[in-house]
Amino acid sequence: MPKVQLDEIQRRLIREIADLHDIPVGAYNFRANSKLAGRNTTANIDITSKEDKSGIDIHVKAGTKNESVHIPVVISDTGINETVYNDFYIGENADVLIVAGCGIDNCGSQNSEHDGVHRFFLEKGAKVRYVEKHYGSGEGTGKRILNPVTECYLEEGAVMEMEMEQIKGVDSTERSTIAKLKKDARLVVKERLMTHGQQKALSIYRVDLDEEGATADVVSRSVARDTSYQKFDARITGNAPCSGHTECDSIIMDEGRILAVPSLEANDVDAALVHEAAIGKIAGEQLVKLMTLGLTEAEAEEQIINGFLR
Amino acid sequence: MLELRNLSYEVDDESGSKEIIRDLNLVIEDKKFVVITGPNGGGKSTLARLIAGVAKPTSGQIILDGEDITEKSITERAKMGIGFAFQQPVRFKGIRVIDLLRIAAGKQLSISQACNYLSEVGLCARDYIEREVNASLSGGELKRIEIATIMARKNKLAVFDEPEAGIDLWSFQNLIRIFEKMRDENKDSSIVIISHQERILNIADEIVVIADGRITDRGPADKVLPKLLGTDAAVDACARLQ
Repeated sequence: MPKVQLDEIQRRLIREIADLHDIPVGAYNFRANSKLAGRNTTANIDITSKEDKSGIDIHVKAGTKNESVHIPVVISDTGINETVYNDFYIGENADVLIVAGCGIDNCGSQNSEHDGVHRFFLEKGAKVRYVEKHYGSGEGTGKRILNPVTECYLEEGAVMEMEMEQIKGVDSTERSTIAKLKKDARLVVKERLMTHGQQKALSIYRVDLDEEGATADVVSRSVARDTSYQKFDARITGNAPCSGHTECDSIIMDEGRILAVPSLEANDVDAALVHEAAIGKIAGEQLVKLMTLGLTEAEAEEQIINGFLR
Repeated sequence: MLELRNLSYEVDDESGSKEIIRDLNLVIEDKKFVVITGPNGGGKSTLARLIAGVAKPTSGQIILDGEDITEKSITERAKMGIGFAFQQPVRFKGIRVIDLLRIAAGKQLSISQACNYLSEVGLCARDYIEREVNASLSGGELKRIEIATIMARKNKLAVFDEPEAGIDLWSFQNLIRIFEKMRDENKDSSIVIISHQERILNIADEIVVIADGRITDRGPADKVLPKLLGTDAAVDACARLQ
């Protein structure tokens, strides 16, 4: 197994996307500039490279508890364009934390692009908390592009909690997430997005609640600054007695643009589905309140946004 | 010491301009507990907003400790020691009670320091410190948090705009106790409260009555209050429920 070999830029990226200051305990797979930079497996979690294409298979044994898998990806060379396929097989009643994320530092003139295709197969009663952060930096003219595709298949009673965050530096992103839920399975998505400059971010969710008792809660909070553009398009389909909720709450600033398209489809009379969407600028009274506590207008704005995206 | 000199404030409405504050002169001495009352629409809240810098006067001057602050921004006035509690506390998505108290204190308050401010306003700190200052809090809770942020600032002059507005009777009784305590323990700052409440008027060092944008009466509570009883400038707690 290779030891983890990362340079300073790569270490900084890892800190941004995974809050990791050191090599994590548990299973991990570090990918840097399209190459494996380090891997660790445990008695319960196995990671193997795919043979037919780029990517890994992660197998978590049934009943595994309190273990984590870190699979950060960093790109610090310019002009890299890769698609990676990662499949997660989570055994019955396992309960694990999976931290993914991609950091791109592009100082060159060519675009760097990482498209991660993640598929999650959760067996009966399995529980996953999935945290994914995207981050971009670098002064080059080359664009930093991330197009993640996430597919989740939840068996009876499985629970998937997803936290997705993209706050800085990614020029273009098209995120597509699909989920199919069986009896009593639950999906919770918390998305946090901020775009600035001329960035463009599309976020698409398709959630099917296929069996009785399935529930989904898809909540996005976003801020669009400068001339950036965002599209949030979430559809929950209820095919059985189930409950689903989707919410998009956005702050718009400068000349930013946001299109929110929450939609619901009920194919069962006992499907209870709700959607909410709100777009607006920062309320003037919020700024005034913080200014009466001694902040300047710019500081007040920063506090309000930081809180909103928490 | 705060001094308002020939202060006027006009707004434009359908029939032209309307004077809300008319050539008003007032001095708030240091260490005084002053309650401003008067009929609704008389200009009390506008006066509070002019002092905090949220509204700009059409003419006149505002002087704090000898310095003309008329042109100073809200932020500059806050930094000079003017605190302002809103009549309708503002809600924030994601900003927690601890965050608001830290912003107010202007430093990295420890959890126990922050909890002290909440205890002062009768909130069990442990239950509130991590909560978001959003619509999940009741009017009374928000009001007390608002007051705690003013306490955390250590102001020279604190202005409270109708602290009793929008809260239930039970919270109101507690609120009175907070102000009584604030009055008894006040050593350095001046406190100005806009209120119609007889019990708050009762504990004032001085009462100022404002009607139609002008001061119509002022003086110690025992002189002014008897003249107000029975008018809507001094109501008892139950009158709020009618």
